[in-house]
Amino acid sequence: MYSQGLIGADNRTEETPEFLARFQKRIDAEEKIEPKDEMPEGYRRTLVRQIGQHAHSEIVGMLPEGNWITRAPSLRRKAALLAKVQDEGGHGLYLYSAAETLGVSREEMTEELLSGKAKYSSIFNYPTLSWADMGTIGWLVDGAAIMNQIPLCRCSFGPYARAMIRVCKEESFHQRQGYEIVMTLAQGTPAQKAMAQDSLNRWWWPSLMMFGPHDADSQHSDQSMAWKIKRFTNDELRQKFIDATVPQAEFLGLTIPDPDLKWNEEKGGYDHGPIDWDEFWRVVKGHGPMAKDRIKARKKAWDDGAWVREAALAHAEKRRARKIAAE
Amino acid sequence: MTMTTPLWEVFIRPRNGLAHKHVGSLHAADEVMALQAARDVYTRRGEGNSIWVVPSAAITASDPDQAAENFEPTADKIYRHPTFYEIPDDVGHM
Repeated sequence: MYSQGLIGADNRTEETPEFLARFQKRIDAEEKIEPKDEMPEGYRRTLVRQIGQHAHSEIVGMLPEGNWITRAPSLRRKAALLAKVQDEGGHGLYLYSAAETLGVSREEMTEELLSGKAKYSSIFNYPTLSWADMGTIGWLVDGAAIMNQIPLCRCSFGPYARAMIRVCKEESFHQRQGYEIVMTLAQGTPAQKAMAQDSLNRWWWPSLMMFGPHDADSQHSDQSMAWKIKRFTNDELRQKFIDATVPQAEFLGLTIPDPDLKWNEEKGGYDHGPIDWDEFWRVVKGHGPMAKDRIKARKKAWDDGAWVREAALAHAEKRRARKIAAE
Repeated sequence: MTMTTPLWEVFIRPRNGLAHKHVGSLHAADEVMALQAARDVYTRRGEGNSIWVVPSAAITASDPDQAAENFEPTADKIYRHPTFYEIPDDVGHM
């Protein structure tokens, strides 16, 4: 799934102009930066923050969908949803590993998530109220994630780019299974179609917000673009997403909940109505409808799992001691 | 803070005849759990038929700061490549 446009990265850096110029030359030559290479502190900090947010998003992203696994309407849907949620757990792990190459530990990242210091994608702070939401999340939320993640496969930091290639390969199934769910409902009874439309109404705007603030309000974008951590601006990616998604909704006979949405021949894309940025910042700051439940669930998983982690380490230690004694 | 769980590097062989290739890393208490986790995390779609896990701490890596002195000398030894030598076309493929 994915992280939204990076919020609150601090990419200040204090190296000499010569050092920064040397680094920028490597970036401009499309060289990949590997973990032990010299890099500006701001580059390292931005990546730790972005990859960490991304990893947390994958892990927290398992919760809204986990909510429906036991209530999936058929075995086929249940198997697919289980596989999707398992993938998201895996994606979180690939990403944590990539961040750890920059010198931050898994435990530190987990603590930052649980304390609320680290952000995750705000989209997961909305509730999943109906089965149709499983379809809409796959279609829109994973669709938006893919738009964001494909350019990240070319990110200048090697471990992040490699993790994203794996993630993107697996993510395509997520979007397709979601669209199939929405399509089945849209072609079903009037009640089923209404359920699909209601779900689209609730998820459309939060999905557009996933790309982050408008370029004019996105303070750290320029440096991230120069360092090739980011390849497209928030608005460029949002536009791509809208242009790809509107025809998909039309095919389903569903209506995008934006009265201002219309094709702009001149720019070759859709114009859209204003995004409610007050809502966006409210949710980013932790006032989303499900924010408390999400962190509570993660904290419970971490606390309840403590004895398992400790027992596994104690067992490993015991086996190691026995092996030494036998030698 | 709790004890930290060791880090492992994971290598997978896609199929017989190919070498094991590094695919990523994971945390696990011991080698048995590392193998199980590697199977779950890195082989959900038939990525391979064999897994190696190696404690990350057991890897010794070359220093990127010495990359120039380590690897650049090979760049000017073009006589190590077959195309350095001129063989007339009449001789045929060699």
